[in-house]
Amino acid sequence: MKEQLTIALSKGRILEETLPLFAAAGIEPTEDIFKSRKLIFDTNHENIKLVVIRATDVPTYVEYGGADMGVAGKDVLMEHGGAGLYEPLDLEISTCQLRVAGMKDAEAVEGRMRVATKFVNVTREYFARQGRQVDIIKLYGAMELAPIMGLADRIVDIVDTGNTLRANGLEAMDHIADISSRLVVGQPSMKMKYDLIQPILDQLTQAVIDKRGK
Amino acid sequence: MALADRWLLPDGMKELLPPVAREVELVRRRVLDLFHGWGYELVMPPVAEHLESLLTGVGGDLGLRTFKVTDETSGHMLGIRADITPQVARIDAHRLRSDGVSRLCYCGSVLHTRAVNMLASRNPMQIGAELFGHEGVDSDAEVIALMLDTLVQVGVKGAINLDLGHVGVFTELVAEAGLSEAEIASYIDILERKALPELSQFVDQLDQSDSIKNKLAALGTLNGSEQALERARELFADNAAILAAVDHVAAIADRVKTAHPSIGIYIDLGELRGYSYHTGVVFAAYSPKFGQALAKGGRYDQIGADFGRARPATGFSADLKTLVTLALDEVPEPSLAILAPKMEDSSLVLAVAALRAQGERVVYELDNAAVPTHCDRRLVKENSEWTVTTL
Repeated sequence: MKEQLTIALSKGRILEETLPLFAAAGIEPTEDIFKSRKLIFDTNHENIKLVVIRATDVPTYVEYGGADMGVAGKDVLMEHGGAGLYEPLDLEISTCQLRVAGMKDAEAVEGRMRVATKFVNVTREYFARQGRQVDIIKLYGAMELAPIMGLADRIVDIVDTGNTLRANGLEAMDHIADISSRLVVGQPSMKMKYDLIQPILDQLTQAVIDKRGK
Repeated sequence: MALADRWLLPDGMKELLPPVAREVELVRRRVLDLFHGWGYELVMPPVAEHLESLLTGVGGDLGLRTFKVTDETSGHMLGIRADITPQVARIDAHRLRSDGVSRLCYCGSVLHTRAVNMLASRNPMQIGAELFGHEGVDSDAEVIALMLDTLVQVGVKGAINLDLGHVGVFTELVAEAGLSEAEIASYIDILERKALPELSQFVDQLDQSDSIKNKLAALGTLNGSEQALERARELFADNAAILAAVDHVAAIADRVKTAHPSIGIYIDLGELRGYSYHTGVVFAAYSPKFGQALAKGGRYDQIGADFGRARPATGFSADLKTLVTLALDEVPEPSLAILAPKMEDSSLVLAVAALRAQGERVVYELDNAAVPTHCDRRLVKENSEWTVTTL
């Protein structure tokens, strides 16, 4: 039997941009992922399977060998922490920015600021590097609401066009990091399945370069 | 305290029950016998000792992972060991004081404040072997061979892969480039993640010659088959210290292929695991059945210096409980026993002792108690002779 390989993909918008890259690298699911409720998909390679999971779960699956490699946003990786994972390739898809935002024309906050975010670790580290201690409020969605309702002074969130911020009377402030999706490989998988993984890495790298030219 | 709080164990604390506990004990004996057969002497360091001794010469993570208590007789801080390796290094440096080679081995429980990873328990049973007083391919190859023999002895099934690296490549390259401490910290962070896009950005902004930049960037991809060693030889042709490290790894790989031809070898010259205390070759064994290293080790020549006597040292360790769990395909059947009547007859006592001496399990019957389920035979007196019959 050929050595098996499992690739974990983040579902949602990232997936729409991921599948064409994998197709260009010669890996395609045998059925339409978007029309199925399955979680595991066969591909045109009998030894390669795709699993489609929540973006925040991808690093966990890959780190502990549940999947050998995966696709995850840099935001998710920064929050998860890099240990146990290799990030050899920037897929240059789902690009956006991680930013601080607040009410439009909000005044600077004296003392300890309250920051609402789902990126707790990234936020703490970012403000610590600025020499500021902040109180972090962990939320799971609709960050923009927190400053409006007086729950927080600032938010830290993913900003793409900034339309949601503007529609709610907020504005983007400090830039924390540029975000795009990365190919991640589990360390043990790299060490045990190098011969299987490296060619896929090479083909994906080529697919990214080809796409850049278009 | 709710009832559940009384019987629930703390997170990550594992206990072994029958029949797995006995299985682990049998494997422990076999592995210690294997070490004995290789000439390694067993040591049993204490569970707790002065915190400074436990944390000497090792990475910062170990300090966070160690439980600390105050010694009420002296006011000193004691640590409950989270790693036995520094204890064995202390024993070699100060208690044995041999100038020749000493081969030491150990097996004992350690305690971790936080598990090393999500799959690990907080109370592993660490088993390992260390070789002090020799520097070179011979000793490194010996402990790697012993590590692989240990996995075979334990009965780990399926393919085993050996990951081989050498932190000397990194340290010599960083020295050649003369990177600042902050630059080294960023470089390590990037290399550990093999984040190649960040690596090229990092290298681009350095004030270095193209040749150095090229070498710094290449370390992120010097991994894979043994061809990686060839690439390294070309790349570092003008750095004798790095070439020596590469040759060292190549020589070890050859020895491994001789002693264990079925082992897959993966070279990673950018592997920095434990680089803060490892000084030479680093290695780990992996199995497809487990998402982490099964056993790992390396050379750490500096650790004894903190105990007043630097000695070359190389060794490996593993969690015995993890190894046994991986080796067991299914829960072993409890070994079967013979039921003996109540102890009322001196000839019976002799007959039972004789059976036990042959390795049988013999269980005495108790008043008003059901027959133990693992008894499949009975000891009965027939014509004044004690004989074993079916139950």
